[in-house]
Amino acid sequence: MGIYAIRVPDIGEGIAEVELVTWHVQPGDVVAEDQSIADVMTDKATVEIPSPVSGKVLALGSSVGDTIAVGSELVRLEVEGTGNLKENSAPAPVHQTQTAPVSIAKIEPPAATPARAAPPAERAPAPAPAPLRASTAPRGNAIVARAAGERPLASPAVRQRALDMGLELRYVHGSGPAGRISHDDLDAHAAAGGQVQSQGPAGYAERHGEEVISVIGLRRKIAQKMQESKRRIPHFSYVEEIDVTELEALRARLNQLHGATRGKLTVLPFLARAMVLALRDFPQINARYDDEAGVVTRYAGVHLGVATQTDGGLMVPVLRHAEALDLWACAAGIASVAEGARSGKAARDALSGSTITLTSLGALGGIASTPVINHPEVAIVGVNRIVERPVLRGGQVVGRLLMNLSSSFDHRVVDGMHAAQFIQAMRALLETPALLFVE
Amino acid sequence: MKDISTKLLVIGGGPGGYVAAIRAGQLGIPTVLVEGERLGGTCLTIGCIPSKALIHAAHEFERAQHQAGGSPLGIRVQSPSLDIAQTVRWKEGIVHRLSGGVGALLRKAGVQVVKGWAHIEDGKTVRVEPADGEAVRVRCEHLLLATGSAPVELPMLPFGGPVVSSTGALSPETLPRRLVVVGAGYIGLELGMAYRKLGADVAVVEAAQRILPGYDEELTQPVLDALERSGVVLHLGCSVQGYDAQHGVRVRSARADEFALPADRVLVAVGRKPCTTGFGMESLQLDMAGRFVAVDAQCRTSMRNVWAIGDLTGDPMLAHRAMAQGEVVAEVIAGKARRFEPMAIPAVCFTDPEVVVVGRTPGEARAAGLDCIDAAFPFAANGRAMTLEATKGFVRVVARRDNHLIVGWQAVGQGVAELSAAFTLSIEMGARLEDVAGTIHAHPTLGEAVQEAALRALGHAIHI
Ligand SMILES: Cc1cc2nc3c(=O)[nH]c(=O)nc-3n(C[C@H](O)[C@H](O)[C@H](O)COP(=O)(O)OP(=O)(O)OC[C@H]3O[C@@H](n4cnc5c(N)ncnc54)[C@H](O)[C@@H]3O)c2cc1C
Repeated sequence: MGIYAIRVPDIGEGIAEVELVTWHVQPGDVVAEDQSIADVMTDKATVEIPSPVSGKVLALGSSVGDTIAVGSELVRLEVEGTGNLKENSAPAPVHQTQTAPVSIAKIEPPAATPARAAPPAERAPAPAPAPLRASTAPRGNAIVARAAGERPLASPAVRQRALDMGLELRYVHGSGPAGRISHDDLDAHAAAGGQVQSQGPAGYAERHGEEVISVIGLRRKIAQKMQESKRRIPHFSYVEEIDVTELEALRARLNQLHGATRGKLTVLPFLARAMVLALRDFPQINARYDDEAGVVTRYAGVHLGVATQTDGGLMVPVLRHAEALDLWACAAGIASVAEGARSGKAARDALSGSTITLTSLGALGGIASTPVINHPEVAIVGVNRIVERPVLRGGQVVGRLLMNLSSSFDHRVVDGMHAAQFIQAMRALLETPALLFVE
Repeated sequence: MKDISTKLLVIGGGPGGYVAAIRAGQLGIPTVLVEGERLGGTCLTIGCIPSKALIHAAHEFERAQHQAGGSPLGIRVQSPSLDIAQTVRWKEGIVHRLSGGVGALLRKAGVQVVKGWAHIEDGKTVRVEPADGEAVRVRCEHLLLATGSAPVELPMLPFGGPVVSSTGALSPETLPRRLVVVGAGYIGLELGMAYRKLGADVAVVEAAQRILPGYDEELTQPVLDALERSGVVLHLGCSVQGYDAQHGVRVRSARADEFALPADRVLVAVGRKPCTTGFGMESLQLDMAGRFVAVDAQCRTSMRNVWAIGDLTGDPMLAHRAMAQGEVVAEVIAGKARRFEPMAIPAVCFTDPEVVVVGRTPGEARAAGLDCIDAAFPFAANGRAMTLEATKGFVRVVARRDNHLIVGWQAVGQGVAELSAAFTLSIEMGARLEDVAGTIHAHPTLGEAVQEAALRALGHAIHI
């Protein structure tokens, strides 16, 4: 029997540290070679770390949410043969960039050998060792990993009781085979303060309980980026109403003619097209501002960030060279980068390098919004909902389809007038959609 | 006009409506049920029950004939004959008893039954026109639509005279000599096979290239074999053009040649359509899902306190789905937290052999992106099947490869309809292959094939 330390592998692209987002193992688990032991997150992509060997987990080196350096020890395994650590070897130096306790440094080896009786001075100094996570992790309201859309497994009686108790089975840990949820699991979940709603559909019962959610993983990245954007960029927003009646007629017609063969078009590819054309006259808007270096870089190509809601939170995958794509290619491109982001399968460079961003709340789009610029870009265009409204035309009330564009700009490098002119240019193109196709 | 007020008004006394009404009554909800025909709806009066009665009678008659022709079991009988009028009376007796039973259950639950056709005035008011007597206006807090479905009619073969729907085929006054069945779905094949056993020459015309298009081919093969053996003639990939008494049914094949099938009766069984028109439902402007009324997991329609269940709300159009939904709605109205979210809804086709499908077939599992294993156990290797002379068919299980969770069961064979209970239970309970393999199944029964299929999927079937 030997001890094997698995370290955070070099993930490439010069990444020096990662954030630990999920453990797939607990102390005491037996892992097979290639089995995934943890998920870590780089700037934007989540990466699984597989085990290079088979063995039994002795201890975990970090907690979920910790930022850990590449090369630091992640997990210690007991393995057949000699392993890669001497049992009595001094714990590998663990590089942690945050203040989380370096718990792996304090692991007691499974069987204390005489050699382990090192002089106390050699032992880790204060603070007191963090307790190791026990292999019988309390399950109570531990959140369980289920594939998206997968229904929790439970017998009809358990499902019924969960409904009666106001518990969402999705959040209940199933201790049975294949993760099946038992009546005991329900009880444990409720006892651990699992969110119990009031009985029945009436919405007036008092509600108690608090839930503390660490802002980790993608959510933390989003929070940091948003903070950064708002702190660094003096935003100003501009909202304009656009009559999209003709655009919608054109879209419907194109979908009717070509929907089956070339794919259905949403409004987004038309907006992208209008944006690409309007940007030709406003190069200062398709740009990134390095405020530390004091440099604005303007780009000839339009690399369109597409703000995308994913299960984990907002991401901005990038459609490269939108200026070179026709409507359908643009539609397919948007769908493909968005799907990449949603499935978590996007390559890292699909998530960086945008020069301007388009954001749409889709059907939820409200009448106006104040989108936050995707730092270090200098502009973002937000799409609000299309609504049919009565409009006076030549003294007659007619129904028209109207939609607002809500846009934000970096006032340090984009003047209000240019911003307004840019949006007016987009408006002219969208209201007379034939212009979108005139070169 | 008489006026009644109630908390819940149910339109339609089929398995959806009557179950909802009984359950609501049990829960103390003042309930009125309106039914224009007979209590029990399609299912009890012109669907499931009468069709199974006729299938059973046909089966018994065929068996007697089989024995008259010399049975390997050593049984000898005189050449049997059939009094179809008596058969229909016997079937009606069952229907009558069951329909009466539903009436008694509704009374016991305190439900007021109003006979007559309902016409919706608005989401809270319904006018009922009885065949005789005074019209009634019913006001309610909750309106439950359970108006079911009706047979689809083909424009070139309108019902009437010798052209009948399933309803007509279930109450024949005489037996046809030559029956043409249009449509090889479960209703057409169930009834077509029964008529063949009763002695008619039967031909089936189907536009698709295969029978029972809703089921996978491996599963329908034994049915196909049985059809051929029994002398039912299949015309697949063919569409009907029309009918006249002289030539019979005119048919056009996929290669566009036309021919005529002589027939003195034609059963059109090309599907059923939800009853959404003709009683004022349009005025509610409910959201639709295609031709069905759109409902959520609690059977709510897009209008507040208007609910819909059963055939009206979509596939599978089956009685047990309607019943389960009826129960959910009654309990939700009573203030309980309920949802209609079954893991699986069994579907049985009462042909000979019978076909059962619960959950996902291997193809469906693949299409859903699941990595699955499947394994079948043939009745040819089952002792009980041999003693019943029923060795055709098999039981098949589909389970996830990673955790052996069972996601589907299919079976084809004699009597397999009864296995649907075990299949559905195992899926609802979240059983794994090991659970079924580790359950003792009584010997000798057809159910042993269920256990053996699970064992086989695990790689160690004993009896094959
Ligand atoms: C030949 C045949 C065989 C079948 N075999 C099976 C089987 O083996 N297993 C199975 O599960 N299913 C079977 N079905 C399907 C099953 O019958 C239906 O799925 C089931 O009856 C649907 O129930 P329901 O309550 O939705 O509607 P229905 O049973 O159709 O009941 C609706 C009722 O509402 C009444 N109604 C409609 N409109 C009004 C109105 N305006 N006012 C008053 N009353 C109204 C109708 O008269 C009818 O009684 C079969 C169907 C047929 C035709």
